[in-house]
Amino acid sequence: MRRAGLALVTLVVVVALGAPWLAPNPPDRSFAQSLYAPPTIVHVFDGGPRAPFIYQQRLVSRLERRFEADVSRPVALRWFTGGRLVSVADDEGPLLLLGADALGRDIFARLLYGARASLTLAVVATFAAIAIGALIGGIAGYAGGLIDETLSRLTEFVLVLPTMYVALALRAALPLVLPPGTVFVMLAAIFALLGWPIVARGVRAIVASERERDYVAAGHALGAGPWRMLVRHLLPSTIGYVAVQATLLLPAFILAEATLSYVGLGFPDTVPTWGTMLQDAANVSLIGNAPWMLAPAAAIFIVVLGVNLAVQGRGRAPVQLEL
Amino acid sequence: MTAYFARRLLFALVLVLVVSSAALLLTRLAPGDVTAQLGPFAAPEEVASARARLDLDRSPLAQWVLWLARAGRFDFGDSFLYNRPVRELVARAAGNTAILAVVALAAATALGIPLGIVSGSRSGPAASLIRAASLVCVSMPPLLTSLLFVFVAATTRWLPAGGMTSVEALDGRWSTWLADVALHLPLPALALALPIAATFERLQAQSIAEALQQPFVTAAAARGVPPREIVVRHAWSVSLGPICGVYGIAIGTLLSGSFVVEFVAAWPGLGRLTYEALRARDIYLVAGCAATGGLMLAVGMMIGDLLLAAADPRVRERPAG
Repeated sequence: MRRAGLALVTLVVVVALGAPWLAPNPPDRSFAQSLYAPPTIVHVFDGGPRAPFIYQQRLVSRLERRFEADVSRPVALRWFTGGRLVSVADDEGPLLLLGADALGRDIFARLLYGARASLTLAVVATFAAIAIGALIGGIAGYAGGLIDETLSRLTEFVLVLPTMYVALALRAALPLVLPPGTVFVMLAAIFALLGWPIVARGVRAIVASERERDYVAAGHALGAGPWRMLVRHLLPSTIGYVAVQATLLLPAFILAEATLSYVGLGFPDTVPTWGTMLQDAANVSLIGNAPWMLAPAAAIFIVVLGVNLAVQGRGRAPVQLEL
Repeated sequence: MTAYFARRLLFALVLVLVVSSAALLLTRLAPGDVTAQLGPFAAPEEVASARARLDLDRSPLAQWVLWLARAGRFDFGDSFLYNRPVRELVARAAGNTAILAVVALAAATALGIPLGIVSGSRSGPAASLIRAASLVCVSMPPLLTSLLFVFVAATTRWLPAGGMTSVEALDGRWSTWLADVALHLPLPALALALPIAATFERLQAQSIAEALQQPFVTAAAARGVPPREIVVRHAWSVSLGPICGVYGIAIGTLLSGSFVVEFVAAWPGLGRLTYEALRARDIYLVAGCAATGGLMLAVGMMIGDLLLAAADPRVRERPAG
């Protein structure tokens, strides 16, 4: 089970890293004849087994979004050409493994590129949340007294807020149209601000109990200052706990990005992320006819399932975080 | 005990106050205001009068004090977007969200707890199946479940794919309205409930497995109490502590989750209203939504605390935390 989970997560990471090579088309290329085109099916049988090939999809009716395969001429896939794993020649394609979206863009390619944005954002936000949480929790647990009381109350307060609403309010308070880079930094900051209390609470408890241990007294006797004590000796003892929390935060942040982008408060549509892709799926009458638009939802599911499987029995039940 | 609840009550009050004030000030200090709704060609006098109506011509601090004073008398101002009192709008939306949340919580409890007891106390194919199903569900947050259900409903037409009422059922009679809502409710409620049910199942399974390790279970078995009775009567009551504890946390999850579900399934609740208010910077509506959300959160937490205190005497004795 654990191995299967790790395999899933690794697969997604590898796919995200190799996106430019694995994707048959650039993510922002729009195929004018392929709006809402269904997935191109790769055949391996033609009488007998043969090398993978496709039939070119021809647009029959733009209004009904009807496509017909040109079965008279099988198109062989080109391997390792033009810096891509697999592709077809321009006049024989397009090769749309998961269909196309409203602008005729390759959903498969966007999914791969989207993995980069979604995962990077989640990882950055997780590290930021852990840094803030470990620092605040560490100070609270180490200092004790009034500082502890204040910081613990603050932690408790942020912890009970419904994160989605706070993220929404913070994001909505900022200008709606921003360049993607700014959006990235801003979302990471918002997520970190919402995620840190979960880390801080546990770190505080661990540091507070570790503080009573002999090695801390020995360190003090040898002249270690409070900061050195905290950062070099006490915080490392929380690493196991923090690692478990990271596995909680990561899927939650992926989801938070998806949700914010879905409601139109995340990345602009030009940036492929799983959330911006899902935005197209908001149209109910549409996803009935073009279920492949839900591909990003499947991708999110795979990552969350992978993380949950990987950490099963490692100090936490696969309990979902509210974000 | 009394001191404990007094402190929790104080925390709840502070929560509502801080959340609504923060929402008000955040909206006020954010660039732009609701008069953008008037369009780019609105006459300056018109914009000015609209701003005056919403007290936007005062300083943020003065507006906040004014709002607080009015809110003390349960007057939450008017919404610019809807041109109606905020209280009316928010009450209706909060009611809709509450229906959704309560039904979802009930469904999650009805599904999660019994399944958790089974999977925690037994081994075999049934338990493995439950465990696998709950792992899948826990990896399917409300965003995914609601999208999936809406897709299924749109394709199969078994249930309405969104909304809370349909136009055909608007004949003004209570019974028709109720039947109509009951038809629209299962989809969003289940979408919201499934991930929570899976969390409940996991917790209940862990907790009952731990309880079954206790010496009193061995003692009961030695006295000849049948296994089913040990699980249901003895181990379960001991295992309830962690479950009651999670109800207080679940309320936040419910609110966050219901925002997503309301959005995907077009349920006219507090989440959608908040979103609209935030996007338009409809300042009093934002503050009203935040206050209501905070209140729901506080009430949910208080109920969770009560449950926890009822289940675990140690909580009652503890000097507030």
